[in-house]
Amino acid sequence: MKIYVFKRLLLLIPLLLGITLLTFSLTNALPGDPALSLVGERAQPEVIEKIRKELGSDKNIIVQYAGYLRLLLKGELGRSYYTNRKVFDDIVIKFPNTIKLALGAILIAVPIGLLLGFISAYKRNTYIDRLISSLSITGLSLPVFWSGLLIMLLLSLKLKLFPPSGTGDLRFLVMPALTLSLPAIATLARVTRTSVIEIFDMPFINTARAKGLPVMKINFVHVFKNALIPLVTVIGLDFGSYLNGAVLTETIFGWDGIGRFTMEGIIKRDYPVIMGCIMVGTVVFVLINLVMDIVYHYIDPRVRLHDSDR
Amino acid sequence: MTLTGKLSAVLIATIFSLSILSPLISPYDPEKINLDSIKEPPSFKHPFGTDNKGRDILSRVLYGGRISISVAIIAASLSMGIGLIMGLCAGYFGRKFDTIIMAFVDLILAFPSLLLAIGVSIILPPGIYTVMIAIASVGWASFARLIRGYVLTLKEAPFIEAAKAIGCGDSRILFAHLMPQCFPISLVMMGIKLGGYILTEASLSFLGLGAQPPTPSWGSMVSMNRAYIASEPWMVLFPGLAIAVTSLCFNLLGDTMRDKFGLKIRT
Repeated sequence: MKIYVFKRLLLLIPLLLGITLLTFSLTNALPGDPALSLVGERAQPEVIEKIRKELGSDKNIIVQYAGYLRLLLKGELGRSYYTNRKVFDDIVIKFPNTIKLALGAILIAVPIGLLLGFISAYKRNTYIDRLISSLSITGLSLPVFWSGLLIMLLLSLKLKLFPPSGTGDLRFLVMPALTLSLPAIATLARVTRTSVIEIFDMPFINTARAKGLPVMKINFVHVFKNALIPLVTVIGLDFGSYLNGAVLTETIFGWDGIGRFTMEGIIKRDYPVIMGCIMVGTVVFVLINLVMDIVYHYIDPRVRLHDSDR
Repeated sequence: MTLTGKLSAVLIATIFSLSILSPLISPYDPEKINLDSIKEPPSFKHPFGTDNKGRDILSRVLYGGRISISVAIIAASLSMGIGLIMGLCAGYFGRKFDTIIMAFVDLILAFPSLLLAIGVSIILPPGIYTVMIAIASVGWASFARLIRGYVLTLKEAPFIEAAKAIGCGDSRILFAHLMPQCFPISLVMMGIKLGGYILTEASLSFLGLGAQPPTPSWGSMVSMNRAYIASEPWMVLFPGLAIAVTSLCFNLLGDTMRDKFGLKIRT
């Protein structure tokens, strides 16, 4: 177990290097001087000179990349062209809001998605199953920026239940979290259905039935526990889709997280902001996946066995 | 083919032909500003209403379909082409080549896809070609992974051994023997992915990175008109509906194709 975690942590190093290499190439491909594109043209000449020296703009590309890594390690993601604030500082302020939104979406998505998936699997090939399946594929096909606007129109502008936009307490959180949870509910329902059906057909469920266990016990103890295992990965992987969706959802609902920060960066062509958000978003995504992998490893004895075989 | 599969295929064909024929059938010029008919609700004259510049929304949705659908399809073909070649080479040659390509694939799949696509599109001037490149530069990875796995199982097949025995070169084996075998699963994968690409294109347009105004595209129409959601909801409703229906049809078709060919592809 410890060896596995250690191995996974080691694998993180090339992955993070790869990510920085990609963002570095993107930054380098941006129009203009990379030093200028980090701090903006309005920065004081000595600041530009300092960044340029750190980046090693005059030296070869490997030295430049090393300089870029050094800056990143210091938490220097550059400064916004417009506010002249450090991008990293802004991200530190805004990121908790995005996490709040993502957690809200997970809290909505997991129970509903699991429930729908279970019902679908138990009522396999009936009209209820078909209804849930069509609902979930529809959920996957809706563009979040549009479903968000419809939710806003219905819940806020017509029914006046929630404030239409802004950042703040729970009342502000409900609509963006609901919007963000729609595709996640759909994915979860689909995966749960497949996973539960697979377990239904396993011999140990037959055994449980044959020895006369009550149906509820079979459902909750045998099926539920085993079906949950692959779902952990899906819930973790969905975090990426939350980060994708956050850019659109936060923009619509004026939620002050890094998604809206990214969108504002795009509109103003504020490159340090965009690159900073991509960088931080990806690193967080990778770290969450790592945690999920380890959790997965921990809860599923089969994976552990398989690993020690190798 | 199931009923849903057939139905979605028919709907896609309809949406296709409507978009292709848009110059002939759309009632108005999609870019013509008409200040006499601003923000009109849906009526016989304007079935989808008009926007804040008096442009007919039905015409704009029809024309927008050309852009949204063609961008998604070209991006999907690009992804498939790159993924096919990369996957073939990685699977067939193995060793270092395989390691390097798969490292790239893993790296790309490690990114939240829309964020990476945003990263790619900001370094190029905004427009439909940028969106295609952005989608393809992320999308090829899943094709490459699929094809590589498939080639690994094919490589040991007797017909490849036979081809080697009669002295075929690597390129002949790759392109004349292995590639045709990979086409069917690539096409199924493309069917599965297209619905998602429609959404990605719409999202990038929504963020202002796609087709530039006044050219209509579904995503940018929702984005431009969203300020009017409270008073003139039809301005947002119809372009969004177009995205949702198109993406849904592609997703249904993709599912049908996957079930039919019995492929275990993760979506």
